[in-house]
Amino acid sequence: MSQAPGTRDVALHAHGGVDGSDVRTVQVQKSLMTHNDGVAAENRARFGDRLVLNIVSSPGSGKTALMERTVADLADTLRVGVVVGDLETDNDAVRIHGAGAPSVQIVTGAVCHLEAEMVARAVDGLDVEHLDVVVIENVGNLVCPAAWDLGEDLRVTMLSTTEGEDKPLKYPRIFKDADAVIVNKIDIADAVGFERDAALDAIAKVAPTATVFETSARTGEGMDAWTAWLRERQAEKRTAIAGAPAGAGVAAERPR
Amino acid sequence: MHEMSIVLSMLDLAEHSAREEGASRIDAIHLEIGALAGVVPEALEFAFQGARDGTMAEAARLEVDYLPAMARCAGCEADFELDNRYGVALCPTCGTPSANLWQGRELHLAHLEVT
Repeated sequence: MSQAPGTRDVALHAHGGVDGSDVRTVQVQKSLMTHNDGVAAENRARFGDRLVLNIVSSPGSGKTALMERTVADLADTLRVGVVVGDLETDNDAVRIHGAGAPSVQIVTGAVCHLEAEMVARAVDGLDVEHLDVVVIENVGNLVCPAAWDLGEDLRVTMLSTTEGEDKPLKYPRIFKDADAVIVNKIDIADAVGFERDAALDAIAKVAPTATVFETSARTGEGMDAWTAWLRERQAEKRTAIAGAPAGAGVAAERPR
Repeated sequence: MHEMSIVLSMLDLAEHSAREEGASRIDAIHLEIGALAGVVPEALEFAFQGARDGTMAEAARLEVDYLPAMARCAGCEADFELDNRYGVALCPTCGTPSANLWQGRELHLAHLEVT
């Protein structure tokens, strides 16, 4: 019997199965995400020095509108490609394409989140070699996408002013894992009675190290700080990978 | 209902591990799941009942240890359990918010019972 290091330890305890046969305990000690995480690592290697974002939010917070504007704002120096996940339709990919960026739609059917394999297949249609930034717009959902690493560098969690200030407290995991949090639709904050201080306080409690942006994808307010941050992160990754010893590759996992 | 995706990954990993040991049947699957893993116990069991037919785990029990969410304070380095349902990691000693969650995200296949 082969013994993979650190993973297999078969204890032969005869505690009698239901039909009198011997029941053995097999130590597995592996994440249920092992397969996904392996594909995510392959995605990460394939993305190379491109900056990759995984954007999560509830439906209707303005992910696609924000990406349309982000793509247009970055277009002077950076080539951005977008992978869009939705349960049905390719409406969002069409919108992104209209904003001038190559885009690929993943129609997940009943699946409420993106998995690394779906992204791997979609990226085949994106000509990654000629891009500087890849944005993965996840399915609108603040629970299910959390556990799936897609091969991204940065997790960006969005909420909008129409959603209530306590959203980070209600969905702590997806905010806690965020490198950046975007509060969108600030142009209508007053009209919907959004309490800014309460929202920022909730974000600071759940995700104290995340960088926070306040934007309006409609008016463009706050977009400069967000796109400047993306440009910095992109340059930082490019420099880090160019300076890494040959064959060192990139981190197999996104540090949390 | 991402529990179905989780269950399908679990069955793949469990069958693969059981076959490696020359087992013919999985009698029990023992999981460790963190409090912030986003898994609803009833949905996990429901997905398992629906997905196990035709696998080696057709008659298996699913046993789950739910692990509390634990953080380490960035200020005073105390370890503490997140003590409210919202997972806000405020250190009970010094009040510092902590991003350093070292337990609570687990989706882990611990061991199997096989014959």
